Amino acid sequence: MRYLPLDAADRRHMLGVIGAASVDDLFADVPAPARLPGPVDLPRAAGEIEVERELAGLAALNRPAGAGPFFCGAGAYRHHVPATVDHLIQRSEFLTSYTPYQPEIAQGTLQVLFEFQTQVAALTGMEVANASLYDGSTACAEAVMMARRVTRRRKAVLSGGLHPQYAAVTGTIATAEGMDIVRRPAAVDAEADVLAAIDSETACVVVQTPNVFGTVTDVTAIAEAAHAAGALLVVVTTEAVALGLLKSPGEMGADIAVAEGQSLGVGLNFGGPYVGLFACREKFVRQMPGRLCGETVDAEGRRGFVLTLSTREQHIRREKATSNICTNSGLCALAFSIHMTLLGGKGLRRLAEVNHGRARTLATALAGVAGVEVLTPRFFNEVAIRVPGSAAVLVEALAGEGILAGAPVSRLDPSAGMDDILLLAATETTSVADIDALVAALSRRIR
Amino acid sequence: MSLNSVGRPTRPASDAPGAGFTSLSGGRGLLQDEALIFERDSWESSGVDLPAPEAGAEDLAGLVRAEPLRLPGLSEPETVRHYVRLSQKNHAIDLALYPLGSCTMKHNPRLNEKLARLPGFADLHPLAPVSAVQGALALMDRLAHWLKTLTGMPAVALSPKAGAHGELCGLLAIRAAHAAAGQTQRRIVLTPTSAHGTNPATAAFVGYEVMEIGQTADGRVDLADLAAKLSDEVAAIMVTNPNTCGLFERDILEISRLTHAAGAYFYCDGANFNAIVGRVRPGDLGVDAMHINLHKTFSTPHGGGGPGSGPVVLSEALAPFAPTPWVVHDAGGFRLVEETEAEAARAFGRMTAFHGQMGMFVRAYAYMLSHGADGLRQAAEDAVLNANYIKARLSGVMSAAFPDGPCMHEALFDDRWLEGTGITTLDFAKAMIDEGFHPMTMYFPLVVHGAMLIEPTESESLAELDRFCDALLGLAGAALAGDADRFISAPHLAPLRRLDETLAARKPRLTWREPEPGVAPAPLAAE
Amino acid sequence: MRFTKDHEWVALDGDVATIGITAYAAEQLGDVVYVETPEPGRALKAGEGMAVVESVKAASDVYAPLSGEVVEANPDLAGAPETVNADPESAGWFARVRIADRAEYDALMDRAAYDAFLETL
Repeated sequence: MRYLPLDAADRRHMLGVIGAASVDDLFADVPAPARLPGPVDLPRAAGEIEVERELAGLAALNRPAGAGPFFCGAGAYRHHVPATVDHLIQRSEFLTSYTPYQPEIAQGTLQVLFEFQTQVAALTGMEVANASLYDGSTACAEAVMMARRVTRRRKAVLSGGLHPQYAAVTGTIATAEGMDIVRRPAAVDAEADVLAAIDSETACVVVQTPNVFGTVTDVTAIAEAAHAAGALLVVVTTEAVALGLLKSPGEMGADIAVAEGQSLGVGLNFGGPYVGLFACREKFVRQMPGRLCGETVDAEGRRGFVLTLSTREQHIRREKATSNICTNSGLCALAFSIHMTLLGGKGLRRLAEVNHGRARTLATALAGVAGVEVLTPRFFNEVAIRVPGSAAVLVEALAGEGILAGAPVSRLDPSAGMDDILLLAATETTSVADIDALVAALSRRIR
Repeated sequence: MSLNSVGRPTRPASDAPGAGFTSLSGGRGLLQDEALIFERDSWESSGVDLPAPEAGAEDLAGLVRAEPLRLPGLSEPETVRHYVRLSQKNHAIDLALYPLGSCTMKHNPRLNEKLARLPGFADLHPLAPVSAVQGALALMDRLAHWLKTLTGMPAVALSPKAGAHGELCGLLAIRAAHAAAGQTQRRIVLTPTSAHGTNPATAAFVGYEVMEIGQTADGRVDLADLAAKLSDEVAAIMVTNPNTCGLFERDILEISRLTHAAGAYFYCDGANFNAIVGRVRPGDLGVDAMHINLHKTFSTPHGGGGPGSGPVVLSEALAPFAPTPWVVHDAGGFRLVEETEAEAARAFGRMTAFHGQMGMFVRAYAYMLSHGADGLRQAAEDAVLNANYIKARLSGVMSAAFPDGPCMHEALFDDRWLEGTGITTLDFAKAMIDEGFHPMTMYFPLVVHGAMLIEPTESESLAELDRFCDALLGLAGAALAGDADRFISAPHLAPLRRLDETLAARKPRLTWREPEPGVAPAPLAAE
Repeated sequence: MRFTKDHEWVALDGDVATIGITAYAAEQLGDVVYVETPEPGRALKAGEGMAVVESVKAASDVYAPLSGEVVEANPDLAGAPETVNADPESAGWFARVRIADRAEYDALMDRAAYDAFLETL
């Protein structure tokens, strides 16, 4: 067994030192009825060749995004991750290390987290950021929980442009805490619609820009209205590259900014692992969930980094913790940070401009297809279009031709009454030939 | 003869300089120091070559960032150097036995990394039509089958993103089940005093009142205390088995019987599943819900703190309330049950966007196939054997918290043996760093004074176990012989000495701040 | 000055009590990094949690030694939590409370009784 270093002689010797006759003696506390006599009914050990064969066989049954024209977005985006990133994250000292609880021998991880926090704060235009959460959707839920702690109010208003799965996750968690979640109706240009629902019971308003329909909104007026009512503004971004070009949540008055960081460094991975970005105003720092890395000095006065403000967390505060979170998304945060370091602020801006330019080409091409209506009034790299009939059926048909034409809204929100709306994203990996192929296929299918 | 003119000495000089040598630049050989990326004045560069955009952003007038994004960019060679230098300052499983109790720091197989990166898994969008992702859904289905069979449970929720997230999932399912049965008076969750902090934190998060159950002198749940505290106001108990003291709860069948008799559910924290996988099925112990840490028992990498993955196996009673989505296999092939289907009507909700940690599913499944049912059972046995071997070798000098009887996959010591030396568990741990080992888990579980929890896992050879034990026995001897200096100012040989955590908490500096132009940056000063 | 078994001290001036933690407690806690003080205007019942003292590795609840209304919280602790370690029984005070019942104060231990209590720990 290639992963088990002990051999029979070792085991005999060790049992002798322990003073046990057999390994069964070490399991003596297991009640007799619960002892399994032998291995369970599953296949026996397989060598690398067989394992590779089985998994490669399963992988071959999937259509990778890169295999043909591809336009899916809706919260996960296909970007080019430079080859360096994946090599660096596979270094033993990053891949196989643990949470940096012993800072003297974890300065690699800790310095990366400090740089990551600084990058996330700059991207979101906020004062402090944590060392990452699981993903954007759970970060959104955590933001609402934090707003409750800060304001001591029980109501949260979610815009109709918020990713429906983010709203569902927030609803699941928040209702467990006894919060009252108000979801505004889904609409392409929905963000301003939250204004009507803000009152003196509101802990926070949650808006998304670009929203799930791709619409970019200046939410400054919403921030003002929320603050006037004593509520916090939470701004959600599911496409991190957008932060390279658009007004940041901080610029627009956000109190808490959350984002999905997957676009940088992480890759699609069929939905996970991803990396949740969480940033807020400094005055709220003690109410933040998740790990925080801070600067300090060692016994010889040299600068170093440590996990800090740990008394918020579960292992100390237990039932009074700000969250129950233990892990962060360590390796994905590293990948994000490496990609961001390679890009730099100027590079990310350029990348964002390339994305937007490609999306303009896509939108123009789609608008030229008879029967297709482009709905998104102001977009970054994603647009919503209305098609005749079911968007899901259309997507399935085009998949049969090797084109992954986007995400139907009905997949995310079956009760929105938007079965004829399709979400398409374009990134730097989308070619003009891809767009031509899509348009040709749509024109054939839509009469 | 022709005389060789390029001779030079090939033996070291006999008067080599001793310890205390310092270089001129402050450099230390292979160990390189590395400033922050923000301190290199590299604000305008980029290590990524991009084309010019084909259109402008005038259509986004008023929505574009007013100030440029001030973040540094490094060329590829500089980036590689930066992160390679940082990596050299980390300890890791790949370097030495990493004895963190309850963390299961086993070897991370590289085959799993290779397979997770196959484009057919890595380059898949979660919202691609299911017809385009049948292989991914099939893998999730097979993983689910392995998890259910190994645990003897009929259902599993794959979507939770980490262990604590799994605990939340389990408690939300329990809450939903009680609500569906009209049992809304159940507002209490019982946890042992030895529980991991995530247990009470999760219960409180879900709105339950947490009550503690006491522990017996031999480190197990106090049955009498449990029986006294169970009532029709208790929603669930949360028990770890083997427990956080590294001991199997002998009375587990009685614990689950009492719990069920009171109409409550049994949540099992599966962090220590590595001790029993393939030898005991939690379903046979009466468990109703248990999260499994794929990053512990099933070898997915710890990555410096994450990402994890925490699928939750569920009993018949709780299965109907599992969160969306889940994979179903029918005549048409595999599909996902998401919000649409009538089948999802009783789901308590959704734990995360998309489907869960697919990257971890691929790695864990490859690990399971590589070991097989026989290998997994052997791994549990070797994990328990290794922990007992360490306990046997160290118990003569260090005080085992529960000396009678075997431990499971981890050995727990306390600090009684250090009494009178002036050396604490913390000091001892820091001295381990100088010996080349990452310290064990310290001060957990809280029920034991100065706890030292050692979990070697099955990935360790006898040679490495002996090397570890020899180092600890050497340190223990030095501690008892009064060599306090070695410990109190340890570590001496790590990249940094002990860090001032008080300063970090009193004056939190969580991001790099750009100094004013013309003003030297103010370093943090210890008080 | 009076004391509780939970290591709080009370100094009464008219009907306003100044409350803090004792030198013994401050020493046991180690370096104090943050104090969460009660808000002015809050009503307190004797025995309920009124503040939280944080050191790096632990958060400890401080209980109200008597009932009343919070008049003032120590504004210096936010910027200088180390005051609690340096001068716990004077400058490191947590809150001032207008008390409801003088008898609650009289029932607390005096310095001699508290010192005797410490001997038993």
